[in-house]
Amino acid sequence: MKVRVRLFAVARELSSCDSLEIELPEGSTIGDLRAAVAKRVPAIQEILPGVMFAIGTSYASNKTPLEPDAEVACIPPVSGG
Amino acid sequence: MPRSLASRRSAEGRIKRLAWLADSGSLNMVEITSEPIDIPALLAAAGSPRAGAVVLFLGTTREWTEGRRTAWLDYECYDAMALQVLSELEAEARERWQLENCEIVHRVGRVNIGEPSVAIAVSSAHRQSAFEAGQWLIDRLKVVAPIWKKENWSEGGGEWVHPGLNLS
Repeated sequence: MKVRVRLFAVARELSSCDSLEIELPEGSTIGDLRAAVAKRVPAIQEILPGVMFAIGTSYASNKTPLEPDAEVACIPPVSGG
Repeated sequence: MPRSLASRRSAEGRIKRLAWLADSGSLNMVEITSEPIDIPALLAAAGSPRAGAVVLFLGTTREWTEGRRTAWLDYECYDAMALQVLSELEAEARERWQLENCEIVHRVGRVNIGEPSVAIAVSSAHRQSAFEAGQWLIDRLKVVAPIWKKENWSEGGGEWVHPGLNLS
């Protein structure tokens, strides 16, 4: 299945793109996606353990399962305000 | 909890979410904007004949941080999620405190020294609730809202601020 991952701030700059399409086996989780992104974009491998992921507009944990065509966001530690 | 939510992007680059609250029927707002925050309009919106207090918090761009001089900040956000998170924070603040109005506005794009990047205006019948809710809202916003700042240094260069992330 295909999952789209939006990238922000340092993750976007280090990757030189603002989104990725990642192919994953059915039944994959956010944890599997994290590993797949690290493999696909070595430039952000180092920071990935410290980022959160969101599915749609809600934070998700590594155990959260992914649906086909999920819209996922990679959320580095936030600094608004 | 919000009864209905709608978001739109206007021609001027503002993204708004308007939340009609079931209990009070009043119109409340969280907003992401690329324009300077209109503080008088925000205070007018926060006011209410039922309020005895309006508390305004402004987060402003600081020039010096630990000996380094900032020229300006750039803010970026995941707009749909930021609006959702800010709406949820507002709803939670209303559960914790008896509030009249609650307005949250955050800027994106370039913010110059001294300018507000975030404004929170809260009103309540008595001041304690407005003070406490205002502080709680900015503290929570800084932890959960998907918004990021980039420091642009006056000597050139810049870096994204990601607390706890090792950016070697």
